[in-house]
Order: sequence, then structure tokens, then C-alpha cells
Amino acid sequence: MSLIRITSPHAHRPGNTGSVMLTVLMATLPGLAAMTFFFGWGTLIQVLWGSLLAIALEAACVKLRQRPVSFYLTDYSALVTAVLIGLALPPFAPWWVMTVGIIVAIIIAKQLYGGMGSNPFNPAMVAYALLLVSFPIQMTSWAGPFVMNGDGWAVVSLGDTLSAIFGTAGAAVDAHTMATPLDIMRHRGGFTTEEMWVKDALLANGIGAWHAVSAAYFMGGVFLLYKKIFTWHTPVAMLASLTLLATLSFLLMPDQYPDPFFHLTTGATMLGAFFIATDPVTSATSNKGKLWFGAGIGLLVFVIRTWGNYPDAVAFAILLMNLCAPFIDQYTQPRSYGHAKPNRGMK
Amino acid sequence: MSAVLVAVLVLLGLGLVFGILLGYSSIRFKVEGNPLVDQVDALLPQTQCGQCGHPGCRPYAEAIVNGEAINKCPPGGQSTVEALADLLDVEALPLDAEDAEEPIKKVAYIREDECIGCTKCIQACPVDAILGAAKQMHTVIVSECTGCDLCVEPCPVDCIDMLPLEPSLNNWQWPAPKPGIELIATDRQPGIALEVKG
Amino acid sequence: MKNTIRVHQFHGGIHPPENKKQSTGAPISLAPLPSRIILPLQQHIGLPADPIVKVGDRVLKGQRVAEAIGRISANIHASISGTVVDIGPHPVPHVSGMDADCLVIESDGQDEWIEHQGLPDYTQLAKPELIEYIRQAGVAGMGGAGFPTDVKLHLGDDHIVNTLIINAAECEPYITADDMLMRERADEILGGIEIIAHLLKPLHIMVGIEDNKPQAIRALHDALDKSHLNLDIVITPTKYPSGGEKQLIKLLTGVEVPSGKIPADVGIVCQNVGTTTAVYRAVILGEPLISRIMTVTGESANHKQNYEVRIGTPIADLLNHSGVDRAQMQRLIIGGPMMGITVTNEQIPVIKTTNCLIAASIHEMPPQPPAQACIRCGMCEQVCPAELLPQQLYWFAKGKEFDKARHHNLFDCIECGACSYVCPSNIPLVQYYRFAKAEIRKEDDEQRKADHARLRFEARLARLERDKIEKEERRKQRAIEAAAAQAAKKDAAFNKAASPATNNPTDAGVPDLKQLKSNAAIARTKLRKAEKALANAQDKGLDGIETLQATLKQLQLKSELAEKAYTEAQQAPAKSAAAPETDLKQLKSNAAIARTKLKKAEKQLAAAEAGGEGDIDALKAQVVALQAKSADAEKAYQAADSGTVSPVAIDTSALEAEIATLQGKVDKAENAWKAAVESGSPAAEKMAAGVEKLKEKLTGLQAELTQARSAVQPAATVDTSALDTEIATLQGKVDKAENAWKAAVESGSPAAEKMAAGVEKLKEKLTGLQAELTQARSAVQPAATVDTSALDAEITTLQGKVDKAENAWKAAVESGSPAADKMAAGVEKLKEKLKGLQAELTQAKGHLETNAEGKAEEAPAIDLKALKQQVSIMRTKLKKAEKQLAELPEGEDNASLMAEIEALRARHDAAKASFDAAEADKIAAAASEGIDLKQLKIDAALARAAVTKAERALSKAEQESKQSLETELLSIRAKADKLNATLERFSD
Repeated sequence: MSLIRITSPHAHRPGNTGSVMLTVLMATLPGLAAMTFFFGWGTLIQVLWGSLLAIALEAACVKLRQRPVSFYLTDYSALVTAVLIGLALPPFAPWWVMTVGIIVAIIIAKQLYGGMGSNPFNPAMVAYALLLVSFPIQMTSWAGPFVMNGDGWAVVSLGDTLSAIFGTAGAAVDAHTMATPLDIMRHRGGFTTEEMWVKDALLANGIGAWHAVSAAYFMGGVFLLYKKIFTWHTPVAMLASLTLLATLSFLLMPDQYPDPFFHLTTGATMLGAFFIATDPVTSATSNKGKLWFGAGIGLLVFVIRTWGNYPDAVAFAILLMNLCAPFIDQYTQPRSYGHAKPNRGMK
Repeated sequence: MSAVLVAVLVLLGLGLVFGILLGYSSIRFKVEGNPLVDQVDALLPQTQCGQCGHPGCRPYAEAIVNGEAINKCPPGGQSTVEALADLLDVEALPLDAEDAEEPIKKVAYIREDECIGCTKCIQACPVDAILGAAKQMHTVIVSECTGCDLCVEPCPVDCIDMLPLEPSLNNWQWPAPKPGIELIATDRQPGIALEVKG
Repeated sequence: MKNTIRVHQFHGGIHPPENKKQSTGAPISLAPLPSRIILPLQQHIGLPADPIVKVGDRVLKGQRVAEAIGRISANIHASISGTVVDIGPHPVPHVSGMDADCLVIESDGQDEWIEHQGLPDYTQLAKPELIEYIRQAGVAGMGGAGFPTDVKLHLGDDHIVNTLIINAAECEPYITADDMLMRERADEILGGIEIIAHLLKPLHIMVGIEDNKPQAIRALHDALDKSHLNLDIVITPTKYPSGGEKQLIKLLTGVEVPSGKIPADVGIVCQNVGTTTAVYRAVILGEPLISRIMTVTGESANHKQNYEVRIGTPIADLLNHSGVDRAQMQRLIIGGPMMGITVTNEQIPVIKTTNCLIAASIHEMPPQPPAQACIRCGMCEQVCPAELLPQQLYWFAKGKEFDKARHHNLFDCIECGACSYVCPSNIPLVQYYRFAKAEIRKEDDEQRKADHARLRFEARLARLERDKIEKEERRKQRAIEAAAAQAAKKDAAFNKAASPATNNPTDAGVPDLKQLKSNAAIARTKLRKAEKALANAQDKGLDGIETLQATLKQLQLKSELAEKAYTEAQQAPAKSAAAPETDLKQLKSNAAIARTKLKKAEKQLAAAEAGGEGDIDALKAQVVALQAKSADAEKAYQAADSGTVSPVAIDTSALEAEIATLQGKVDKAENAWKAAVESGSPAAEKMAAGVEKLKEKLTGLQAELTQARSAVQPAATVDTSALDTEIATLQGKVDKAENAWKAAVESGSPAAEKMAAGVEKLKEKLTGLQAELTQARSAVQPAATVDTSALDAEITTLQGKVDKAENAWKAAVESGSPAADKMAAGVEKLKEKLKGLQAELTQAKGHLETNAEGKAEEAPAIDLKALKQQVSIMRTKLKKAEKQLAELPEGEDNASLMAEIEALRARHDAAKASFDAAEADKIAAAASEGIDLKQLKIDAALARAAVTKAERALSKAEQESKQSLETELLSIRAKADKLNATLERFSD
């Protein structure tokens, strides 16, 4: 056998980018299960449909860019994007909403920037934000959790779900759609939060489903932390800053602001904290930078939720902080061995 | 009426504040002289070869500061063009040379048994890197040679060669790693892959 | 075992599979005696050692074979007894796979030690002497870098060394050399530490060792119990790269070595355990460093264990000894898997720093999969022991943003490979960093060089400026002196001017002048050197500047004196030479005027051609005429020049050369003709005629040659100046007429044609006169010599003209121009002229040969200068034409230009030939007196250069013109060969 000349090191830890992405996919399973359990088949169908589209589009793009297709598909990053969009969309959103989302995510937000690793913004969040701005009705028509309808599992049958998503008849589903807790809080009119907790049926009885889903995402996140896919800095910073702000505001004016637990367990807070803000490509680099990055997201989430026009804010907050990540990187370089203090800025 | 007054006053106040700010910074950050020529000159490779059409690097630096194109320095290569573009904040033009690749560092060598000792090359050398006297063999001080090749043309017997510096253990360096995509030719050409496996 | 010292932590680190168990099963065994060893002269950091043995010398084991040069370098010793068989480049353990200088020693199988003994009590020795003793033994760091140990031991001189750290961590997977060394030779290690401690006198000694070597730890403790040394054995958790010097220092002391500093700057010195045994052996046993412990392992090795290996053993021997399965071995690594280098040549030797050899199979170290995109996952950052941002560095290196990379502390990277190890995208990060570092170093180096070049350039400019000012001052000085001298020597000058020109005025002045000139030059050089030395001294602040300045002043004085003497001497002969030169001057200016006119006309022509104006043909004709005039004028001048100065010797070789050229032309013409016939061109017939003519010419020339060889005739002197003046006047007239004609043409006057005829007539007259002049000259030269070379050249010129005219005519015919008829007439005329000239030549040669035969010996050729000038003029013209050709695209113009070039080349050749011939004569004449061959050599070099230039032109030329150029090349080459042959003949 002829000898080869190659650069050191000659040893390598097993695993590659593909296995990292697979681990992330695995960590989304509890969340997916919870969503399906509480909100019906919709989410599962969205995820499957999105994955199919994402793989096809990614393959087409890679082919167009004259790159080896199988090599790029096996990093599974397109799949992760599709699953994240699927989890974020309302379960009964029509099929074309997902289609537009995937096209935006894969082609515009990712491949046009040069493919995986080169995108400045998280593709899933770009797609989500665009959909939210473009199709506000479809994007805010959430199904109520099944507990609200009292009939257990078969609230919306698989067939009805399919026809709601892929057909034109949304009637079977329309009856079940309702606002999310964040919507309710946002558009509560002149009522205080306490009044809302009592007045609104969803808040009074159905909030548990949202809590459960958040808990599932949290579990997935902890699993990823354990697997050392990312470090604790971003999620902890984000949740901490959000909690801090929510607590402060709640303590100051309890009747005007919801409590911190509400902030943490509703909407996309947990999904964002563990699965989207931690996207390494678009987040800050150093540990210190990640702390700033996470804290910034937390702050923006609170600000937009409280004073902004949209009920939820995770997507916007993350996109805005994506924009800041390179800047943060410049000012949060770690102190290297043998240096008294870290370098700062460009030069 | 008062609203208009307030608006005018606010604008006036703003103008005053910014005026003071500008005035202060023009004093505080005053630039002495025109150091730009020096900065440009420092970026040029100092081969003094004249390929830019100027008699030396400094005249070219002055010309650049006065608006000449920055891509006329073949010995500096594209990297110099980029450094200049960076410094002057202009667009980095492609190098204006016959083969716009990165220049290979060359050094003049005199084939000494053919040298007739005419001293023409000595007069041509901008950095006095050629040693010799009339009717005596000349030689190039390699460490001083900038590779400008100005000595090649004057030689009446064509005994000066521009040779690339020989690679040695001392100047060997790691090449840039190939981008990953080129390493997987098998992925693009299934035929070859089959052959290898077979 | 418990640590008594708190172990600190360093950031990052990885836990790769250790793979150490495989090679710790068997004790250290002695590797077999190699049949030959290869000792690279550089096995250490610093300058390579200098061999002190010769090929063929017998050396003994332990004998020093190469000695250290400079402070940072190490001696090299033979590790076997035998014979030095080679000193030269061999493969060495280096990533590049390149060769470096090595000493090769063939074993005699006796393994005979040189006489050696250790120091009985090293504490008796002064420290510097003890360190020198260790330096003599060639000890260099055995951990990996190979830093000469003696240099580190000197650190105590200018640093306060608080802590001595012995590096026994051995964190790289696979390697167990230090582990086994500690297990088996702990007492030697402690002995070595004792010596080092004696030299450095540290307050605290620590041995850093990873907790995966319990047996080694125990062995060290056992040995420590028997020793009186006071040291701490500090056990650190196993983590790569805790064996890195900086990392180990952080682990044991919590101190960080500042970036860009060495550990000694913070009071710490690190030594490898292997180095301590080497020190022990050197001092106590007197054995130089000729062997080391190294691990041979890897899946394809049968016996994985540690060996004591002689430095210089080829690794093939070790692979054979440990039964490596070559079929399975896919990667051969020297060093560990994290930082080791792959080698492909089994003849690479073991050197002082080689601690491990891994013969890895493909399963063990599968090839790296292709790199995926970086997802900035940050895993590299988590493991980086230098706390860098590896992925940022990667982006910068990849984008060649080296400034940013440097700003991100790229140079603090220790290339440990931890980042590459964990990278999920399989990016070869370390290679990126190495590349970036190398590029930055190169850029820095270039910047330094550029700054240096700038300094030198500015110094040169200053010098030139100074020279100019000095020259100006000297000139002024001279003018004053000259004025004074003139007044004083008026009478003498008058007398001299009156005396005939035949007196050689320079005779008396020449030797004196030369002497003075060289004196002045020497003085100048000395002065310059002194100036440089002074500047240098000032730069570096050396002592003795005052002495230098004094010397400089003295030299300046001397130089000035010498120059003055020279200038004075120069003026005297110049003045005396002035009188005879007047005639020449006139001629010279004539020639110059003619040349300028020619140039102008050529320019006009080019412009006209470019503009596509109608009168191109007329202009062309004009140019031709002018060319002739110019050539004539020059000839006249040269002839006069050579005539007034000295007699000329002629050789028939000029004729021979001419014949050769002509033959070449004939061949070419024939080829062209054949080609034309084949392509059915209508010009074929004409061409055939041309070929015939050429052939006739050739025959004529050959006949001439025969004639010239036989006949020689004396001649007498005549003053040709009258004729010259006449010619000049005529030329003026011609010019005027031409101008008038041009004006007429431009204004479209009907008188233009008449005028043209007038000009023609005038020109003819001129030519006639010139011919007369030449004739007269040939008839009446003072030394009875005819300048046939001038005639030769003239003929060649004419030939060129004829060719050109023919070409022009042909072109005109083809394009149906009305000027064709006129041209034909012109061609005819030219041809007649040519014939006349040829006849003249024959005549002249006849005169000459008789004369030359009689007087050749006493009158060597001195018209070389004129000839040379002629040659160089020709060359320039030729070059210009060639350049024009190269610049032109394909097309008709190409052909005419080619023809022009041909003509020029022919002229050049002829001139050259006559020059060469004259020179050959000179040398032949001088040969008996033993004059040197330099001149001949120069000629040969020039001819060679012509060949290379022609070759270059050939390669540049387009396909069609290739053939003719090839012929050209052949003829030039023949010439070069001839010259070389001549050179050889005279060289013996």
C-alpha cells in the first residue's frame, strides 16, 4: 500500500456535521410528540410535508450549483430547517404556506448566501417572519388544544386535517381554531391580566397544553446540552434576561404585565431558546458573545411582546440579533493564553 | 405660534451642538501633512522596476495619491492592489499585467562565464544589488535583489536570467488546503468511483 | 499517590484514545546495529552543523562528525563505527518530504567506541565549562522541538530561574518512550535533573506527569527515595495537550507564559525527561547523544514496543525489525498522531527528536473525509488550549485576511490539532493556520525586504545626485584650467595643429592616461567603500567612526588629486588630436543628419501607412533613398575614420561570410519559390527569376573571393575631404529638393512629378560622388589599404535595398498601383548600382590583398571600433524591425516587414562578419605576442546571445514566418559555431 502524505492531526473524533444535525432532529422529537398530542395531526403533517419539500429543493439547488448532491444532503441541515418551520407553523396552515416558507428558507435564506455555514440569518426564522408578515390570517389561526374541545383524541380526524391542509375545505377545522395565549394577552383590550385569566376560557383551562409543549422543548434542549451540541450560554442568557425583565415588570405592575412564567412557557420561547438561538451558524461565536447574544434576544422578545405589534417575538428577536452577531464577535474575543487582556474590535 | 417657535429653537439648538462638535473634532483630530504618500509607498514592493510607468515606487505612490489607477504594480501582485484598495477605500481592480496571477518571486542570476564585464547591468540596478567592475565578471547579491528585471534588457550578451527562488527546507511552507469540494471527485464522476472500487 | 501541589487547569483539551497500552508490554530493547546511518546536519533548532569529516574518513562510534556553528546549534556524533561514504542531500524527517544535507556512514560492523570518559565530579567544574561539556555532547531537547540544551542551561545567566519543570507528561496518544524510560531508567533521569539543577539553581523542581502512567510514577518515587534531590512529582489529569510546554507550566504553576515570551521570562525552565538522561549520560558517562528511546507502534507493526535506537538509523531498519506488514501500512507517522508528520520514504533516518514511529493501517487512521462547510459550532473553541477562536481564524485564513488572523492571535496557536480533532466538518484547521502563519511570515519578510530596498534605492539616488554635482564641479574646474592651459600652450597647439595628421597624437598620451584613469578609478572606489563602511558603522553605532571618517577624508583628497591628474592629462592629447579630427567631425555630422532625416521619413511613412494616404509608395521610395544616403554617409564617415587613423587589414573571411549569407538567402528564396509554385501563385515565375539572379550573385561573389585571395596591391594617400564636402553640399541640395517636392505633393501641385525626377537625378549624382569618394579612398589610402569592408557593407545595404524595392514593387503590382512601373525602374537602377559596387569591391580587394599580404604583420587592424559601431547600429536597426514585426498582426505588412528584417539582418551579418574577420585577424596577428583572448570570448558570447535572441524571436513568430526564421537561426548558429571554433582554436 502506498504511503500518503497528509497534514496532522492524524486522529479524528468520530462523527460529522450530519450526526450533529441528526442529534438536533432527535431532540425535537419530544416537542413534536407534544404538539401532535395536544394539537392534532397537523404539526406532524406539516413537518413531513416540509421535510419532503426541503430535501427536494436543497437537492435541486445543490445540483444547480454543480456540487455533489449526496454529500450536501447528508449534512441534514435542510431537514432541521424544515422540522423547525413545521413546529413553528400553526398546525392547520394550508400547504402552500409551508411551501412558500420552505422556498424562502432553503433558496433565499440559505442557498443564495452560499449554502450551509454561510447564511447570516437563521433560515427557519427568515421563513417564519416572512410568512407572518405576508399571511397574518393563516399564520395566526391556531387550533385550540384538544382539551378545550373535551372529546379527547379524535377532535380533528386525520382525514379532516389533511383536507384542511391540502384541500380547500377548512370548515371542519375552522370551528376549532382560536387565538394563542399570547394573542389573547396582546389583544385583551382594557382588561387587566388577572381579569383575562378568569375571563378567557383558553387561558383558564387550556394553558396547560402550551406549558406541556414548552416543557417538551426544554427536555430536548437539555438533551442537546448533555450531548454538547451547544453550550449553555445562549439559552440561559436568553431565558434569564426574559425572566428578569418579565419579573421586574410584573412586580411593578402586576395587572398590566403577565407573570414571567407565562412568558417562558408560551409561544416559541423554549423552541427559540434551545433550537433556534443556538443555531451556531448565525449566533455569536465566543462564550462571552453568546451571553450577550442570548441576553439581547431575551430583551427583544420582551420588548416586542409587550409593546410591539405582534403577539410573539422570538423570530424577530432572533433575526435582529443575528444581525448583531458579527458585531458582538468583534468585541467579545476571549482572552488568549499568555495575553493580559482580550483583543477588541477589528484592529 | 409657540409650536413654530419651539421647532425653530430646537433646530437652532441642534445646529449649535453639532457645529461645536464638528469644530472640536477638527481641532482634536487634525491631520498633519499628507502622510498618504508614505502609507502608499510603504505598501508598494519597492522593486523600483518602473513597470507602472513611473521612475520608481515613490513616484507611483505619489501618482496614486493623485488619482492614478492602483493596479499597475505587477511585482506586488493582486495582494498589493487589495492592500491599496483597502488603504484608499477604493475598488480593488484586477491587476493590470499580462498574466494577472500572483507573481512568482524571482531573482536575477548572471551566468558568470558569459559575462563580459560591461557594467551595464550595474548601472541599471536600482538597488545596487549587482557587484562587479569594468571588464570583470559581475554577480548578483541575491539577498539584495528585488527581482525587478531591469538588468536583463541592458545586458548585451543576454547572460542574465530571472530565476525563481529555489524551494528549500528554509523557505518551504504549507500550501493552502484545497477546498473540500475538490477532494470529492468521486462524487461527481461516478465512473471513476467505480473504477477505484473495482 | 497524592499530589502535594495544587494542580491548576488550562482551557480546553481533548481526550483522544490513548493507544499506549500496545507498546508498554515489552521492556526497552536495543535496536539492531544498522548497516549504515544517515545523520542530517540539522536535527535541532538553529543553524545546521558543519561536517568536520571527509568522505572516506573512518569514524568511531561517538566521534564528533559535525560541529555546531553559532550559539544555537548542536554537534553531531557518529552512532556507529565505520566509513563516511557520502555528504550530501538525503531525505530527512520533514513535512515537505524534501532532502537536506546529511552525513552517511557505512558501518564496519565493529561498533567501536571512541575513547570517552565522564566527569568524575562535575561539581568541581565551573558552570560555563560544564555547560560547554554538555554542548560538546550535542544534547538537544528530545521532546520534539530539539532546542539545543546548552542554550537553555545558560538561561540562569540572565534570568532568575525559580522553577525547573521536568516534562514527563507525554500526552500524545501512542507514544510511550518517556513512560518506558521512566519505568526503567528513573535513576538516570534523577541524575540528569541533579546536573541541571546544579547549573540552574532553581528554588523548586517539579516533574509533571499524567495520571495514566502509574508505573512510571512509582518508579520515579522509588528512585527519589534513594536520591537527596528535593523535587515534587506532580500528577496531572490525562488530557491532551498537557505535555505542551505552556500548558504544563499553567498546570503546575498557574502561571501563563506571556505571548511572545519564553518561560524563562517568568522564571521557569522546562526540560524533557529524555533530555535529562541525555545530560546524565553526557556528563557522568561521557557519552555524546548518539541514541534515544523511541516507540515503534501502529496496527501494522507486529512487535509494538520501545527500542533504544541509534541516531541516524533508517526507519526501514526499525520497520523490518518490528515486523511491519508493508501491505497493511498505509500511513507512516514520525511523532504522535496529533502533531506528527507523515513520511513516504523509509530511508528517512531517526534523529534526536524522533520519539515515535507509527505504522498505521487504514482501519486505524482512515483517510480524512472531505471537509464540509464550517457551521461555526464552536467545538474547536471549547477545546483550544490557547483560548483562541479557531473557527474565526479559519475564516480569516481561508479568506486570506491575515491581518485579522493576526489580530485574533494566530501566532499563539501551538498547532496541537485539538480543533481539527473535534471538528465535525472535518476541516483541516491546523493546515489553514500553518498556511496563514507562513503567509504572514512571508509578507513580513517581504515588507522588510521592501523597506530595505527602499533604503538602498534612496541611497543610490543620493549617490547619483552627489556624483552629478561632483562631475559638474569637476567640469567647471576643468574649464578654468583648460582656459589657462590654452593661453600657455597656444604656440605649441598651433605648431601641433600645423603638423600633418599622420602623426599619431595619442601615442605618447595613451599609457600615461590609462594609468591615471585607473588610479582615479581606484581612488574613487576606495572612497566609496570607505563611505559605505562609515555609513554602516554609523547605522549600527559601531566604534571607530572617527578613524573611518579620517580615512575617508584622506581618501577623498587622494581621489580628487587622482581625478585632477587624469583630467589634466586627458586635455592635452584631446587638444592635439583636435586638428586631424575636423574632417571626421564633418563626416560624422553628415551621417547624423542623414540618419535623422531617415528617421523622420520613416515616421512619416508609418503615419501615412496608418492613415492610408495615397502617397505611400512615393514616401517609401523616399525612405529607401534616404536610407541609402544615411548608410552612405555613415560609410563615408567610417571609411574616413578608419582611413585617417590607421591602415586596415582585410580578410577574405568577410567575403566568405557574405557568401554564406547569400547562400542562405538563395536557399530561402528557393524555398519560397517552391512554396509559391505549389500554391500556384502567379508570383512564382518572378520568384524563379529572383532566385536565378541571386545564384548569379553568389557565383560572382565566389569568383571575387578567389580573386581577392590571389591579388594584393599597394595604394597611395589622397585627401578625400574635397570630395566629402562636395557630397555634403549635394546632400543639402537633395534635402532641399526633397522638401520642396514634399511640399508640392502635399499641396497637390502638378510640378510634383517633375520635382521627383529632379530629386532622383540629384540623388544619383550624390551616389555617384560617393562612389567616387570610395574609389578615391580605396586608391589612395595612406597605408595603402582599402576599406573594403565599407564597400562590403555598402553592397549588402544595396542588396537589402534591392530586395526591399523588389518587395515593394511586387506589392504594388499586386495591388495594381500605378507606381509599379516607376518602381520597377527603380529596382533596375538599384541593381545596376549593386553591380557597380560589386565591381568596385573586386577592384578594391585586388588592391588591398597585395598590400595586406605585405604589411599585415606590422600593421594590425585598428578599425575595429568603426566596424563595431557599424555592427551595433545594424543590430539596433534589426532589433527595431523585429520589434515592429512582433507588434504587427498577421497580414501583408508582415511580409514586407519580414523582408526588411531579412535585409537588415543581412546587413548586420555582413557587418558582423567583417568585424569578426577583422578581429580574427587582429587576434591572429596578436597570437604570436600572446595577447589575451578576452575579446574573442566576448565575440563568442555576443554570437551566442544572437542565437538565443533569434531563438526567442522564432518562438514568438507566427507559424508562417517560422520557416524563414528557422533558416535565419541556422545561419546565425553557424556563425556562432564558427566563432566558437575560432575561440577554441586560439584558446589552445
